[in-house]
Amino acid sequence: MEKVISAPPLIHMENITKEFAGVVANRNIDFDVKRGEVHALLGENGAGKSTLMNILYGLYRPDKGHVCIDGKSVSFSSPKDAIASGIGMVHQHFMLIPSQTVWENMILGLEGLPQILPRKEIHQKIIDISEQYGLEVDPDAKIWQLSIGEQQRVAILQMLYRRARVLILDEPTAVLTPQESLHLFKTIRQMTAEGHGIVFISHKLDEVLSLSDRITILRKGEKTGTVQTQNTSKEQLAELMMGRKVTFTVARKSIAPGKDILKTDNITVLGERGLPTVKNISIAVKEREILGLAGIAGNGQQELCEALAGLRPLKEGRIFIENEEMTHRSPKQYIDRGIRYIPADRKGTGLVPNMDVKENSILKKYWNKPVAKGPMIDWKAVFTHAMNLVKKYSVSTPSMETPVKNLSGGNLQKLMLGRELCDAPKALIAVHPTWGLDVAATHFVREQLLEERDRGAAIFLVSEDLEELLSLSDRLAVIFKGEIMGILNHPEEATPELIGLMMAGTPLSSIKKGAK
Amino acid sequence: MKYLKVEKRLVTPVWFSGVIPIFAIILALLTGAVFLNFMGVSPVKAYLSMFKASLGDAYGLTETIVKAIPLAMAGVAVALSFKMLIWNIGAEGQIFMGSLATAAAVRYFFVDQPFIMFWIMFISASVAGGLWAAFAGYLKARWNVNEIITTLMLNYIALHLIDFFVYGPWRDPASLGFPMTAPFPDAARLPLFGDTRIHLGLFIAIFLAIFFWALLKWTRWGYEIRVIGENPRAATFAGINYLRNAVIIMFISGAIAGLAGMCEIAGLQGRLQHAASAGYGYTAIIVAWLGRLNPLAVLFVAFIIGSLLVGGDTLQIVMRLPLSSILVLQGLLLFFVLGGEFFRRYRIRFIKRGDN
Amino acid sequence: MEILIPILAAAVRSGTPILYATLGEIITEKAGILNLGLEGIMLVGAYTGFSVTYKTGNPWIGVIAAFIIGTMMATIHAFISITLKGNQVVSGLALTMFGTGASSLLGRSYIGFTIKGLNKIPLPLLSDIPILGPVLFNNDALIYVSFVLVVILYMFFVRTRNGLYLRAVGDNPRAADAMGINVDRTRYIYTLIGGGIVAIGGAYMSIAYTKMWAELMTAGRGWIAVALVIFAIWNPFRAALGAYLFGGVEAFQLRLQAAGTSIPTPLLMMLPYILTISVLFFISVSQGKGILFGAPSSLGQPFFREERD
Repeated sequence: MEKVISAPPLIHMENITKEFAGVVANRNIDFDVKRGEVHALLGENGAGKSTLMNILYGLYRPDKGHVCIDGKSVSFSSPKDAIASGIGMVHQHFMLIPSQTVWENMILGLEGLPQILPRKEIHQKIIDISEQYGLEVDPDAKIWQLSIGEQQRVAILQMLYRRARVLILDEPTAVLTPQESLHLFKTIRQMTAEGHGIVFISHKLDEVLSLSDRITILRKGEKTGTVQTQNTSKEQLAELMMGRKVTFTVARKSIAPGKDILKTDNITVLGERGLPTVKNISIAVKEREILGLAGIAGNGQQELCEALAGLRPLKEGRIFIENEEMTHRSPKQYIDRGIRYIPADRKGTGLVPNMDVKENSILKKYWNKPVAKGPMIDWKAVFTHAMNLVKKYSVSTPSMETPVKNLSGGNLQKLMLGRELCDAPKALIAVHPTWGLDVAATHFVREQLLEERDRGAAIFLVSEDLEELLSLSDRLAVIFKGEIMGILNHPEEATPELIGLMMAGTPLSSIKKGAK
Repeated sequence: MKYLKVEKRLVTPVWFSGVIPIFAIILALLTGAVFLNFMGVSPVKAYLSMFKASLGDAYGLTETIVKAIPLAMAGVAVALSFKMLIWNIGAEGQIFMGSLATAAAVRYFFVDQPFIMFWIMFISASVAGGLWAAFAGYLKARWNVNEIITTLMLNYIALHLIDFFVYGPWRDPASLGFPMTAPFPDAARLPLFGDTRIHLGLFIAIFLAIFFWALLKWTRWGYEIRVIGENPRAATFAGINYLRNAVIIMFISGAIAGLAGMCEIAGLQGRLQHAASAGYGYTAIIVAWLGRLNPLAVLFVAFIIGSLLVGGDTLQIVMRLPLSSILVLQGLLLFFVLGGEFFRRYRIRFIKRGDN
Repeated sequence: MEILIPILAAAVRSGTPILYATLGEIITEKAGILNLGLEGIMLVGAYTGFSVTYKTGNPWIGVIAAFIIGTMMATIHAFISITLKGNQVVSGLALTMFGTGASSLLGRSYIGFTIKGLNKIPLPLLSDIPILGPVLFNNDALIYVSFVLVVILYMFFVRTRNGLYLRAVGDNPRAADAMGINVDRTRYIYTLIGGGIVAIGGAYMSIAYTKMWAELMTAGRGWIAVALVIFAIWNPFRAALGAYLFGGVEAFQLRLQAAGTSIPTPLLMMLPYILTISVLFFISVSQGKGILFGAPSSLGQPFFREERD
């Protein structure tokens, strides 16, 4: 992108500082956005990007510093004020009401609407705007019926409907296929052509380099630099992001896999609403291999992982652990047979936030010796176990009695990882294991996974980070609407386009046929 | 520009747990005083007579203990189910069913041997109360039927069930038409302490409190219960079976409440009569909440609330106020405890919003 | 069919206090707040309605006074639930205790008094319709108001701007907040309005139904209303259906007693509560475990904007 824009900025944030319960999320940050530019906000997870933009959008109030719109200082007490000043934000988790329709969501919170909603007028306006920006939606569809990509379109339209001049997009490509991402970039270019200013929050260097005019880099709450995109490089950005020259890759040794450890035979699993979310899947995770699973969120990964861990009953099909049928067994029996599971939301499912470190450390072994002595729990043994865990996995915690809700995300993940791995499991199901972690923790987790694989575990890795999947997986499966589109035996040779096609619903077999 | 900022606390100072209930009691009494004054009743006179009656002399103290016994037992019962996030509002009905079963045991399975009779009553009361609660627990765990409503409805049903028997087939012909059974034979009465009205139930209550406190803290099952209560999803994830635990805990909860019922009629009243809304089952909720669901703390709180109830009786007798007026103080107490809990979790800071 | 008419008419009259309470709670719950203090609010509403009507001679002032007191009581619960983010179940129970005690305490001087209250006003033309006429259109004004309220609430939820915003707050307060809707203020407003309407249900009992005051006169109707909200799947029309169903059971039970049936009274008195459990059971089973379509998703959970993951 060659544009260098010289007009006065649409918005200007000066010296912003924000603290949460002792943690400084933003410190003395300056940020501005000009008409017609894409200004990327780059940084790792936890660097403070979302916080800064939430301040701009009126969701948070800064402890110090102020915001100027069109040169005038403003103070937002809620998103209402920000919207009125022309700021719009599309969050990572869309601010949509699933049970209501597109048009009802579109007008949420709008001022000046008559009480009896003028449905026809609203419909028309939606259609006009969507045509102007190339964002097709059906105004009468209910949100829960739409795909994630379509929902994102609605979220963007929500802001355009309110005449937002500055649009903040928070990690928008996290939930899109590569093709959908391209479509989004087209939309963004259309918006800048119309004079909007775009803030593009991301941690993906390639996207940021290809899309933006300027890039501001945040690290641990502070701004480390603002650069013109045309003048910078991936290495410089990485250094600004992480503070030192880093090697990205983990070394994955080539190892011959062993026998099937965790196998499914044509399984179908029902989801929350009673509909099949996993359909006729037959996969096997082998000893000494990492089988990756790529796919857009919400295509059945969650239910598949739960079934593999024995937490969700099968509607059809069978599951085996080392050739022993486990289909109707209880979760505890899966655990006893050596299956471990690291779920996606660590605070929600994997840990008990109000309980302390040592109590959480025994969640998967409290009914076995040495922790259990008959019906009682031997708390001395628990303490020893927890201490060992914390030491081995470098969990930083003030004490064993600290409630885990007080630990940082990285340490929570390390604790959970340690707990799941401490018994040398036969199979490990890991879902988004590095999400939200900084580089050091991410590196640590990935190394642990490889170590376990080398030791002989069978690992099933679900992730939305294609880079991570490609660097760690021995084989890569792709899931779409509950079915496996294909399994790549040499994923490092596959192109992102190929994987993207599979993620969007084209089976590998058809692609291969087409290629011939 | 200044404004208030509400922040989550990282650590709650330990002394909060003791101080907040005391503050709540004081504030409740003060607010109650305003209320009483507004209605033309002298709060000073009212509170003094309450205090004198409950804690002022030996008789008052024993009466306080007498009331504290069912409160402690029902309090432990309620605390156990609340710990698993099952809102058992049905302690009242479970107490009724316990008394009903005890009366049935005396009527149909009487053995003129106190020791054996005790165990017959014990088993009847706990099974009756336990089943009454487990029914609601099963409905909740299996089909997500709201247990607040089911347990509450069961309270009313139990109340009328007792009425059916005491107005009908079990009515004592010698009672001149009053809805009550004949007095129980001596073998069916619990032993008393000296010439006070304090009965064996005191030991049962203390034993149950200590037993379940230890269970929660030191056994595997106690750990499972606590995990379910703190994070149900993590519990499933750890392979803990919610349905089975819900039904068992509810059974135990109801059984303990049923035992409270047994103690009341075999220890105190000596007969089954129309349940003139003793209200222990509802008051037990306050006891459990004030005791922060800790069975040992429940013992102490039960004593305090017991003194409040004795005072309430005095209000009725001396100042001619309706019996349910003490509910006003109880409601106020809960309000202030809830308010106090806010400060356990959050703190308020004054922020001066300047520019740098 | 003729025999049924007096029972149906009695069902409507008897179900009306429950209907008001259910409608009030539907409003509150649609905003995401669970108010279990209905029994207490109804009792205080009954007392207020009665005493004010007695003192002023005008039942409508009594109704308005009850509404106001109802909103005041709901304010306590709203403050604890919304501002202090306290446990809504326990707060509601506290409100019930407080209201029950307060009504008994205040009402002690009114025991035994009677008032003229509200009279039946047969609607011209409408009351001549066969069956529906005598059942629906030969009632007092508060019942007519309840009919209108059902329709207005339904239209409000589905068709109006504020109704949409209300539903948004209950279903996804985070999204509503991000779109600029003031979640806390919305919840306060509808909790208060809901509480006021619940109180009218109580006032109906003392002003129009029995025209007297008695301690604990609502006998658990407040709790039945909480159950009915679930049965109604938060829909005002279904709420009416449920309320009249209960009214019917009560009317039927009263008639049996009056006719000198051999069934003992206590067993008859159990009917409404057994019915409540059954109704709740069937609804929960048919809706499937854990998911009640139509329930406001954020029901009972406090909302705090600066939550950090």
